[in-house]
Amino acid sequence: MLGLVVPAILSGLTTGAVYALVALGLTLIYGVLHIINFAHGSLLMAALYVALVLNMRLGLDPYVALPIVVAVFFCAGYLLQRFVVDTFSHGRDANILLVTLALSIIIDNGALYLFTSNTRTVDVPYAFDMIEVGPAFIPLPKVVAFVAALVIAGLLWLVMRHTRLGAAIRAVAIEKRGAELMGIDVKHTYAMCFGIGTACVAAAACLLLPTFYVTPQVGYAFVLVAFTTVVLGGMGSLGGALVAGLLLGVVEALCGLFLGETLGQIGIFAAFILTLLFRPAGLFAPKVA
Amino acid sequence: MLEISGLKAGYGPVTILHDIAMSIEAGEIVAVLGSNGVGKTTLNNVISGIIKPRAGTLRFDGQDITGKRPRDIVAMGLAQVPEGRKIFPNLTVRENLELGAFRRAGRNRARNFERMCTIFPRLRERLKQRAGTLSGGEQQMLAIGRGLMSEPKLVILDEPSLGLSPLLVEEMFSLIQTINRDGLAVLLVEQNVVQSLAISKRTYVLEQGRFAIVGQSADVLNDPKLRQTYLGL
Repeated sequence: MLGLVVPAILSGLTTGAVYALVALGLTLIYGVLHIINFAHGSLLMAALYVALVLNMRLGLDPYVALPIVVAVFFCAGYLLQRFVVDTFSHGRDANILLVTLALSIIIDNGALYLFTSNTRTVDVPYAFDMIEVGPAFIPLPKVVAFVAALVIAGLLWLVMRHTRLGAAIRAVAIEKRGAELMGIDVKHTYAMCFGIGTACVAAAACLLLPTFYVTPQVGYAFVLVAFTTVVLGGMGSLGGALVAGLLLGVVEALCGLFLGETLGQIGIFAAFILTLLFRPAGLFAPKVA
Repeated sequence: MLEISGLKAGYGPVTILHDIAMSIEAGEIVAVLGSNGVGKTTLNNVISGIIKPRAGTLRFDGQDITGKRPRDIVAMGLAQVPEGRKIFPNLTVRENLELGAFRRAGRNRARNFERMCTIFPRLRERLKQRAGTLSGGEQQMLAIGRGLMSEPKLVILDEPSLGLSPLLVEEMFSLIQTINRDGLAVLLVEQNVVQSLAISKRTYVLEQGRFAIVGQSADVLNDPKLRQTYLGL
């Protein structure tokens, strides 16, 4: 039995790292702008298509495309917040929800129009390469995704902790007026945050592409898990999102092992319900005085 | 240094400030006194660019700042230490101070940081602590230190003595004199009438969005209307 459990856990961790990356973007935007970004899943899907097209048209490997896609989606996220979400919501939270929901509908249907609803995958030579990790064999792309996701999470942490921008983001998150009076441009900071959050899903997309499929609806599979991750980790907590993402990946893998592959995600939503019942502030609620 | 004339401001359909005119010279402590809800904070927020005025002009350091954005006003050297402190509770004391130099005086950040630790020795002991864990008095010190990190030419202090113990209030007023001694102009917005009059050169008493009494602080202290309304004499 143990011979199956350990590989399942390791495989779960690799999936969980990608969940964490998607959730990091979501929790950053929530934690700072205090908005639920309903377009998050659609942006993930859009990034998957961008990486796919770069692969099909230019023959770019998804990993090589990663910096390009990340840069493009950072800019897209910045512009979306600055000129769409902020402009059309007039600063009212209910409007922000509607605007991000509208964005997701537009992006989803745009993808449906451009790419049809066919399921697509990329062909990469290393898709079935295996790496021996202790007692288990893990597909190479999953190991890459795991390592890269942790590195990106680490970079994000460094930016938030040790840069001027990071300090400004954390300041704006909790004390907007105080930040404004220090001369911090709140709208610019919000947009930077939205850009970074969107860059996170773009990175996740490039890491997923070698082992996953793309359809215009693919975002939903991840965004629901991402919402669960964000709640489990404590809304707005970056460290919490990382740990919760890894945890949910493992829960999913173990449920898949014991209940059958198709029931794997049941564990994620069971964990979600249990969290809401017993730790509604999340397992690792951020320490805010 | 700061000249305001014909200023009108408000929120939505409500006009809070009517025809305000005032000035602050370089190196002066000027007090704006008034009870709750007369428009003191609105006046500060108009000066700092948070609220756009409906009419009138504001000039700072020879330039028209009417309708300018908060960050441009900070960059020109006009800082505000807001009512309720508005420090960043989730950031450390050090980070709070450093963000004070976000828009201005960034190059002198280390030097000013050291200066703030000298003026406020209590803060030096707590540099790594989250600002939200400080006592009320320490938070007020931090808010003032953060405001001074941008090397302002004029600082607005909005009710710095609010919520402090009588002993700390004394300390706060002597501190305001200390920072003014180096030539920094201070706009002191307060409810604490006696002590504000004692340390300021000139005073404006705000009532219902209009200046009711204006003059040298020594004269304002002897104004019968002020003595009756604010001191109960």
